[in-house]
Amino acid sequence: MSWTRKLLRVNLTAGTVTEEALNMNWANDYLGQRGLATRYLVEEMDPAADALSPENKLIMATGPLTGTSASTGGRYSVICKSPLTNAIACSNSGGFFGAELKFAGWDMVIFEGKAASPMYLSIENDKATLLPANDLWGKSVWEADKIMRTKHQDPQARIACVGRSAEEGCLYAAVVNDLHRAAGRSGVGTVMASKNLKAVIVRGTLGLGGIHDPKAFAETTKAGKAVLAENAVTGQGLPAYGTQVLMNVINEVGALPTRNMREVQFEGAANVSAEAMAEPRKSDGKPNLTTNGACYSCTIACGRISTVDRTHFSVKDKPEYWINSGGLEYEAAWALGPDTGVDDIDALTYVNFLCNEDGLDPISFGSTVAAAMELFETGAISTAQTDGVELKFGSAEALCWAAEVTAKGEGFGKDLGLGSKRLCEKYGQPQFSMTVKGQEFPAYDPRGIQGIGLAYATSNRGACHLRGYTIASEILGIPEKTDPLESAGKAGLVKAFQDATAAVDSAGLCVFTTFAWGMDDIAPQVDAACEGNWSTEKMMEVGERIWNLEREFNAKAGITGADDTLPDRLLSLPANVGPAAGKVNELDKMLPEYYSARGWNADGSVSAETHQKFGLPG
Amino acid sequence: MQKSLHIDPGKCTGCLQCESACSLENEGLFNPSKSRVKVFTFHDEGRFVPYTCTQCDEAWCMQACPVDAIVINAETGSKDVLEDVCVGCKVCTIACPFGTINYNTDSGKVTKCDLCGGDPACVDACPTDAITYVDANATGLDKMRAWASKTDNAS
Ligand code: SF4
Repeated sequence: MSWTRKLLRVNLTAGTVTEEALNMNWANDYLGQRGLATRYLVEEMDPAADALSPENKLIMATGPLTGTSASTGGRYSVICKSPLTNAIACSNSGGFFGAELKFAGWDMVIFEGKAASPMYLSIENDKATLLPANDLWGKSVWEADKIMRTKHQDPQARIACVGRSAEEGCLYAAVVNDLHRAAGRSGVGTVMASKNLKAVIVRGTLGLGGIHDPKAFAETTKAGKAVLAENAVTGQGLPAYGTQVLMNVINEVGALPTRNMREVQFEGAANVSAEAMAEPRKSDGKPNLTTNGACYSCTIACGRISTVDRTHFSVKDKPEYWINSGGLEYEAAWALGPDTGVDDIDALTYVNFLCNEDGLDPISFGSTVAAAMELFETGAISTAQTDGVELKFGSAEALCWAAEVTAKGEGFGKDLGLGSKRLCEKYGQPQFSMTVKGQEFPAYDPRGIQGIGLAYATSNRGACHLRGYTIASEILGIPEKTDPLESAGKAGLVKAFQDATAAVDSAGLCVFTTFAWGMDDIAPQVDAACEGNWSTEKMMEVGERIWNLEREFNAKAGITGADDTLPDRLLSLPANVGPAAGKVNELDKMLPEYYSARGWNADGSVSAETHQKFGLPG
Repeated sequence: MQKSLHIDPGKCTGCLQCESACSLENEGLFNPSKSRVKVFTFHDEGRFVPYTCTQCDEAWCMQACPVDAIVINAETGSKDVLEDVCVGCKVCTIACPFGTINYNTDSGKVTKCDLCGGDPACVDACPTDAITYVDANATGLDKMRAWASKTDNAS
């Protein structure tokens, strides 16, 4: 079965912790993790509720393959309503926390209500206890982690925690687990802090059994690992270079959004690329990258473990940062680098450390700084707001300062914590915000890569690359190459990626496997682990069901087809240079075709037939 | 030919496939907490180090056991715990200088690596060859080769 079939319900208002059986009918329709937790959320809360009110719920959910030996089977997600987008939030994280929850005997934890004072949850197998967190409140994730470890005397425990940014109401605060893995997007950490919940510490020694067909599981997971090992991207590119392998590639195709997405190529890209991370530096002869690291059960190991140059201005007087920790991944490197015009790899690595230390989503943070830099350039804000700091494109000093104040929610950091949409509105220049549904863009320019524009516009959690990574097809040729500059045929591509990703997430696997795995590789692993017939067709159907369920949640939250759009800059300001020069995103051509491929009405609402076809609730 | 587990921490990514495989082989569950091979993460140093029993010839655990529950496997050279003889006194866990023999609260016995009878599951599971099973007479061969390649006798 590979679900533990148990969930933990934590009512923070009442201070109660209760065990519940997992709804297995729903598991059969929604698999686990992202899908299943969304089903619970839809059942239990009003999508129109204020995301930061006690009415919102926060679910930490694993998938059936989380905790198994299937490659990358270690993921969990945090699901709630987002305060940044007012849409569904579902942020996925690796590390070891999710698997540990399973070993403790839990498929998911549902938090509801709000505690009267700061609390954290301790889980030791079937014993779960709410404990006061007054001494943890006001501390960074890294400090709180140390305190809890000392208190619980358990070096093996796994911890998920929010930082000071979340406590201070930054709208894109993450939940950070294992010090540098994060459920990063859409402000799930902000919701957690709004409930006065600082952290969850878990230790599981029960283990996970009950694999439906152990022999088939051993065979299919082994075959899956061989496919990953033999693939050029998952077997060589990602372990050696991490996702940063993309920096130079995307720059070359003219789709590297630069200086708040005004331009599409960055002259300093090479300085902040994977290749630069491997280059020995002058001061100590060591490269930025120490080694690669894996999440639980992952045989790809794309994670970067890095150091900042000790002589760099950002850390030279701060020995606490002379350590190894999570290094730059592509999206973070882009948002902190090209998008702000900064090409100083040590500044980027330092800021990335701060994002992990205090739980900032580096994509939203970097993009918001980029917007603030444009506001500064145009005079909409000045040194009067920025405490005298010259917030200019390309300034590494300004970037580091911005991260320090946003991490702690001090001064202008409060404004930066609003996210780019609210910040630009506050200073009267909404057109500078590069967001969809209030969420900042990731690292691919939709003028040079047409399909990803449609994926951004229709993503259920606002602009996001991980809801339908058409880059795989449009740039890398996986599973087959499509022309990035061509909008025709992208509607079907986007839909297929979105549905498949929803299923992969819900299994508890990492979407990076899909550089090598098709659903024909994944379904047999799920099928061997779980009872029921998990064919490729069923996986795709479940993925599509989840997509529609999320869409309906958003509709009830007041989001409509009119929100399926892109900032004007991408629809009317043509790319200035590179292969995409002269192009804008042709969203208007793709969107109607997409709605029809989805079986939705022309206004983007889920049609009655589609609702019924997938047996959606309500 | 007797073989030995050979560990190269430099290759380890900390994925815990080895712990997962060990616990499945020996406990029938995915349960890293019960694994006989352990991977330690030194976060600040950026290092992952797998560690397990080295099967000492003059095994401290074996010498210390008052009921002779630890015996030599003639085929593999591993020191195996006879579950039905072990009384769970834990003296062996005190005697072992490396901490690689541990008490299992569920069974009331001690557990340690037994090389899976000659086909170690961790080796099979490790994606990076950080753990290999090699000729016991030549566990240093890789390191020798690596250093040999650095001796510059060409000029
Ligand atoms: S399986 Fe290999 S790479 Fe993974 S943790 Fe174990 S020794 Fe390290």
